[in-house]
Amino acid sequence: MEKVKTLDDLKKLKEQLKSTIELREKSNNPESHVQVKVAMATCGIASGAREIMSFFMDELRKRNIDAIVSQTGCMGYCYAEPTIELTIPGHEPVVYGNVTKAKADEIIEKHIKNGILVDGIIPVTYQNINKK
Amino acid sequence: MMKYKMHVLVCGGTGCKSSDSDMIAHNLRTAIDQKGLTEEVQVVMSGCFGFCEKGPIVKILPDNTFYVHVTPSDTTEIVEEHLVKGRRVERLLYKDPQRDEIISDSKHMGFYKKQVRIALRNCGFIDPESINEAIARDAYQALGKVLKEMTPQQVAEEIKKSGLRGRGGAGFPTGLKWEIASKSPGPEKYVVCNADEGDPGAFMDRSILEGDPHSVLEAMAICGYCIGASNGLIYIRAEYPLAIERLKIAINQAREYGLLGKNIFGTDFSFDIELKYGAGAFVCGEETALIHSMEGQRGEPTFKPPFPAVAGYKMKPTNVNNVETYANIPVIIMNGAEWFASYGTEKSKGTKVFALAGKINNVGLIEVPMGTKLKDVIYDIGGGIKGNKKFKAVQIGGPSGGFLTEKHLETEIDYESLTAAGSMMGSGGMIVMDDSDCMVAMAKFYLDFTVEESCGKCSPCRIGNKRLNEILEKIAQGKGTIEDLELLRNLGNVIKDTSLCMLGGSSPNPVLSTLDHFYDEYLAHVKDHKCPAGQCKALMQYIILPENCVGCTACARNCPVNAITGERKKPHVIDQAICIKCGACVEKCKFNAVVVQ
Amino acid sequence: MIKITIDHKPIEVEKGTTVLKAAQQAGIHIPTLCYMHLEDLNIEHKPGGCRICVVEVKGRKNLAPACATECLDGMEINTHTIRVLNARKTVMELILSDHPTDCLVCAKSGNCDLQSMAHQLGIRKIHFEGEQSTYREDTSPSIIRDMDKCIMCRRCETMCNNFQTVGALSAVNRGFMAVVAPAFEQNLDHSVCTYCGQCVAVCPTGALTEVDHTNSVIRALADPTKTVIVQTAPAVRAALGEEFGLEAGTLVTGKLVSALRQLGFDYVFDTDWAADLTIMEEGTELLDRLARHLNGDKTVALPILTSCCPAWVKFFEHQFPDMIDIPSSARSPQQMFGAIAKTYFADKIKVDRKNLVVVSIMPCLAKKYECSREELGHDGNPDVDFSISTRELANLIKQSNIDFTALPDQDFDNPLGESTGAAVIFGTTGGVIEAAVRTAYELHTKKKLPKIDFHELRGLDGIRQATIDFDGLPINIGIAHGLGNARKLLEDIKAGKSKFHAIEIMACPGGCIGGGGQPLHHGNSKVIKARHEAIYKEDALKPIRKSHENPYITKIYEEFLGKPMSEKSHHLLHTIYFDRSKKNVIISDEHQAD
Repeated sequence: MEKVKTLDDLKKLKEQLKSTIELREKSNNPESHVQVKVAMATCGIASGAREIMSFFMDELRKRNIDAIVSQTGCMGYCYAEPTIELTIPGHEPVVYGNVTKAKADEIIEKHIKNGILVDGIIPVTYQNINKK
Repeated sequence: MMKYKMHVLVCGGTGCKSSDSDMIAHNLRTAIDQKGLTEEVQVVMSGCFGFCEKGPIVKILPDNTFYVHVTPSDTTEIVEEHLVKGRRVERLLYKDPQRDEIISDSKHMGFYKKQVRIALRNCGFIDPESINEAIARDAYQALGKVLKEMTPQQVAEEIKKSGLRGRGGAGFPTGLKWEIASKSPGPEKYVVCNADEGDPGAFMDRSILEGDPHSVLEAMAICGYCIGASNGLIYIRAEYPLAIERLKIAINQAREYGLLGKNIFGTDFSFDIELKYGAGAFVCGEETALIHSMEGQRGEPTFKPPFPAVAGYKMKPTNVNNVETYANIPVIIMNGAEWFASYGTEKSKGTKVFALAGKINNVGLIEVPMGTKLKDVIYDIGGGIKGNKKFKAVQIGGPSGGFLTEKHLETEIDYESLTAAGSMMGSGGMIVMDDSDCMVAMAKFYLDFTVEESCGKCSPCRIGNKRLNEILEKIAQGKGTIEDLELLRNLGNVIKDTSLCMLGGSSPNPVLSTLDHFYDEYLAHVKDHKCPAGQCKALMQYIILPENCVGCTACARNCPVNAITGERKKPHVIDQAICIKCGACVEKCKFNAVVVQ
Repeated sequence: MIKITIDHKPIEVEKGTTVLKAAQQAGIHIPTLCYMHLEDLNIEHKPGGCRICVVEVKGRKNLAPACATECLDGMEINTHTIRVLNARKTVMELILSDHPTDCLVCAKSGNCDLQSMAHQLGIRKIHFEGEQSTYREDTSPSIIRDMDKCIMCRRCETMCNNFQTVGALSAVNRGFMAVVAPAFEQNLDHSVCTYCGQCVAVCPTGALTEVDHTNSVIRALADPTKTVIVQTAPAVRAALGEEFGLEAGTLVTGKLVSALRQLGFDYVFDTDWAADLTIMEEGTELLDRLARHLNGDKTVALPILTSCCPAWVKFFEHQFPDMIDIPSSARSPQQMFGAIAKTYFADKIKVDRKNLVVVSIMPCLAKKYECSREELGHDGNPDVDFSISTRELANLIKQSNIDFTALPDQDFDNPLGESTGAAVIFGTTGGVIEAAVRTAYELHTKKKLPKIDFHELRGLDGIRQATIDFDGLPINIGIAHGLGNARKLLEDIKAGKSKFHAIEIMACPGGCIGGGGQPLHHGNSKVIKARHEAIYKEDALKPIRKSHENPYITKIYEEFLGKPMSEKSHHLLHTIYFDRSKKNVIISDEHQAD
């Protein structure tokens, strides 16, 4: 282990290490972060939800967007998998179906960055599954 | 660096560990591996979450799911359902006992809502065996800050300004203590951490050491810089093996990073920490006794002055603070004295950790801002009295704290208010009693402890507490007299007035405060020979109501001493001379024929 | 100076003065029980444990122990408010409630600090009843421990650990069962105890007392088949009077002889005679070792250490077993006397040694143990049969209806009763070495001493040193009393830092005059000082003051021993030491059960 010789060393080290517990820090107050929930039931996984989740995680980090990407159960839209639920702080959640990497990229660029809704929203009388 | 999508925190506190949380973590890891999720899910053994009533606890992030009473066999389900399919395992979620609703996110639980976690900020959040996680949470930055930006005087000044007072019980202003030690002349000084937590049922300090050891190490180094000491000693009881283990790991990791040792952060300041083990004597929490014990002497207090700040360990200037006090230091330095002082009351700043226990729904470790009302702790955080019984009393401050009653529920928790109400802050034990608890028996319960733990050095504590206990026993036996009550009061006051240290100086409190608040209950014992709470065995009788008894013989067959006789289908009788009042007959009787009188 | 008010009386005291001392200055007597201050010996014991001396200090939450509380400027102290009196009485009742009430038959009856305190505080009823702490009684060759009577004043512990650095006694157990005991609650005779008896000397109650041999002595005196002879140590004559109301420091040599004769001893001899003999042996040994050392003999160990004190002997056997070749091999005067009495004298009066009973009157409890050492006897018959303390002798005199103060002065019998001033000063610290110097100087230089009194060797400081000019040869002398002080000198020797040629060591404070068998000083060290002065007074009055000039010493060498360090004296007057460091094995409970 390299010695920490100065306070700046320590601060640098902290910056490097921050990401290891970032997820926990954010979970402490999820409401203040962009939340992407990826439906990861059998149906979702079969249609590539896992890659979509990784894509979101990697890309959001690359593009310096503070967000929580988490998985959730089947949302009931098996015909439209992979599905994601996107929550922007202060707004109602929105569900997108048939999310591909290209669609995901569009969601990040347009919806998350600029607040412009993108095609593919499943506009149903939707109940947040975490309401309980 | 591995990027996990999910974190699974498994409580690695002593309580949950003894309920197999090690196995839970192991099983989780195995199941995660089988599902090929090792790259995606990180399993962390964290410190205590505090909600011990519900342990073992497993928390899943980022969705903040809080699983309670988890067993090793639940792990497959958690992995398959929650981690793979994203579905919460309902049966393992917390159910609010008062509102009967399921709450999955700990933030929304009554137990956590009113808590403010400063000393416990990292407990149940980081892996206590990883200095990297601690550093990610700013560990050692405060040390860096004081070394780089502050003079020792400024450090003492900052702590003074924060209003932090000793969390071990006496509530002496910490900054002032540091200042006195810093002004004590001498090239050799010591920083001592009192981790000899001895109150029955208390585990504040243990949890901090198990969950966030670096906060204490860092604070001790800051103190070392402030008072001019380069040696730190942690006096910890040997019966805290997990805390010892984690401290050892933490000290080694800090040394490897150069955060302990010579020339820390490239400055002239050197500081290292050594562990000293105690054999677990309550009196060794008293600072002079603690120092004697560390020196290899008999653990008993000596008269102060001289105070340790002037002549402590090896007669050198020594600063002694307890674990919780130290745990507050780094955040005070980082966030500033004003920030800390914004919590609490006029004379008691910040927060206090309590070990909540007794007849309460949510047993566990809590941290609340000073000034929180007693009723908020008992009803909101504690979730009220178990089994919807009636609240009778709460005993605060360890074995020698006084009892507070219903009329004190509005009391704001701080040093002065608790003392004024006839109790004390102590190190943070809080035990709730309901109306089935006899106050004579409870006072005796605490006396049993202090009689056992008195070091025996001064006569009032050595003999006086024993006599108090004997008189209480006499009263519990129904053999007490009115004169005994006066004797109790005088003796209790004299013990407090004459004892050498605060063990004897406070040990009569449970007796004196119950005499004050529950005199009628004492009177019932001595005058009517009755125990209203039905707890004093000598004062109660089990009898069989002939009108209810159908002669089923269940009671007679289950009586361990054959005290019950009677023919089949005819009312039975209990021979009081034989009966040992075990209560087996009451449990077995289906006809409510056995009653206590 | 700081100003305080005590019982409304304004006084000025020096900074650092305790409330107790300030009260004494103001003429106010605050009762104390565990506290002990032997001022002249620099021993202050103030554990603040008994809480009898509590006083009220204005502004303080609880009562303050006067013995341990320092005066602060402006302090207002009240020593007898109702709160204080009630607390004091209640605490005293508590102490008494855990103490046996067999005062009438207790060894300490009439001489017990606890009893006096109960009287002083006017205790008429003990309001507390309950369990009493009880412990196994422990009897050793010298000391009986009846810890049921221990009040945890811890004075014994201070003497044993801090002053003597023996470490045989310390508090064990917690709370109500806390008690002072040897490690693991073993018996004293399985401990490192030296039997110096300083614990007994300071014990305020009957918890620690001597093994009483007075009945054995009475029985021997009544046995017509036995010839009973008695020897009496130098320090006894300077202290015995205290037991009969005489002022400390009163010499009662003549009355002592009368009393012993009246008790029925067949011969009343003096240990002092044997002390002169010791000087001949030890002085010769010193000169011999010195000569060989100066001639470059590397096998000779220096300094030579005195060996008269049995507690000191046991101390180095336990604590410095690798140094057992340094002390002189000379027996103590008590044992030299016994050996000569049961050979030379027995032959003279034609009594078989089995029918000769040698009793010694000693200021010491370790002497009892010394009598029991196997090597100090012959075929199981000890050279000294019974050793009784000054206190036991006083009891014996009282029991025998002797009006001690009215007794006429009488002289010792001969041939073992004549002694010199050199022998008398054996009774106090520095005396043995001064006596040795008086003789060694003249033997070495073959010249007469220019002055007999060596004031540079006298005093009560714990460690003293002086260089004596042996006609051109400077001899460095060290003196220590108290085993803690002895330890310091021994550690220097061990480290090769010692410059001394000869060192005198006495276990007890002040030497034998402060022995564990002396009348109780009750914490008043002036008593020891007075005895110390009396000893030198007796020396000054003696016509002969150098051991080698004692005619009966010259005679025994001519008639019986030959010369000092001869084969015969080696056999009778010298001894061997044992490594006892491994002897402290923990014995099983089974063994202890008896």
